[in-house]
Amino acid sequence: MSSFDAVPVWAALLVGACLVIGAAITLAGTIGLARFGTFYQRIHAPTLGSSFGTGFVLLASMLFFSVTETRPVLHELLILVFVIVTTPVTLMLLARAALYRDRAEGNDVFPEPAAPPDGAGPEQNEPPR
Amino acid sequence: MRRVLAHPLLWLALFAMWLLLARSLAPGQMLLAAIVASIGSWAASAVEAPQPRLRRPGLVVKLVGRVLADIVVSNIAVLKLALGRREPRSKFVAIPLELRDPNGLAVLASIITATPGSAWINYNARTDTVLVHVLDTEDGDAWGQALKRTYESLLLEIFR
Repeated sequence: MSSFDAVPVWAALLVGACLVIGAAITLAGTIGLARFGTFYQRIHAPTLGSSFGTGFVLLASMLFFSVTETRPVLHELLILVFVIVTTPVTLMLLARAALYRDRAEGNDVFPEPAAPPDGAGPEQNEPPR
Repeated sequence: MRRVLAHPLLWLALFAMWLLLARSLAPGQMLLAAIVASIGSWAASAVEAPQPRLRRPGLVVKLVGRVLADIVVSNIAVLKLALGRREPRSKFVAIPLELRDPNGLAVLASIITATPGSAWINYNARTDTVLVHVLDTEDGDAWGQALKRTYESLLLEIFR
């Protein structure tokens, strides 16, 4: 892309810093994913990447494209909104599956709170829509 | 026509999204955006999506501010745990909720899960209790109380 020539030094430094920070946070998230002990602890680590990691990379993108003025900068806000809205869906799905399996196998992760005896399955739990 | 405009907020959001993606305010794009938004809200009313009714939209700004501040704090906390030596003191916390509005619950679920260090696991509609997994906390009940104070009270005011 020829627009790289038009970037002043200060902007290049800022964009580079944002990219490196964002990438480093995402990397830390994946390290956490590998290091944490249980499934439920592990689901927390990747949210680093989906919150601050994405945020910094998008910030870099907004800076770069608003300095080179190739397009308005609002695009990235949409990406942020979609990431924030969609990641919890996957996360909850995984967590609920894990919890259901743990309860079915009788693992003592978190006992079902005292509920009427009929149907201890997931059908009693209405997901928020 | 009534079904097309049954979801004015969704309509506006889709309209704005299309114009952002098209990067243009040309009349042609506005027309396309209106068509897309209309089809989208018609589809939403066809599946009977619960209509959000905002009582105090002004508070949304306050909510967004709180969420952003919280995301900053918890990012740093989880970062330390991911790279540090200390074992996280993770717990399941069951929190009874007063919030019943499905859209409000969805927002709360997104907030809790988007914030690193806490994850919405399960909502039990029979007991109105949500199960949250907290990565690192000393006192789970205090954590739940803080959540109710900061977010649920605000959401109860926003959603009717």
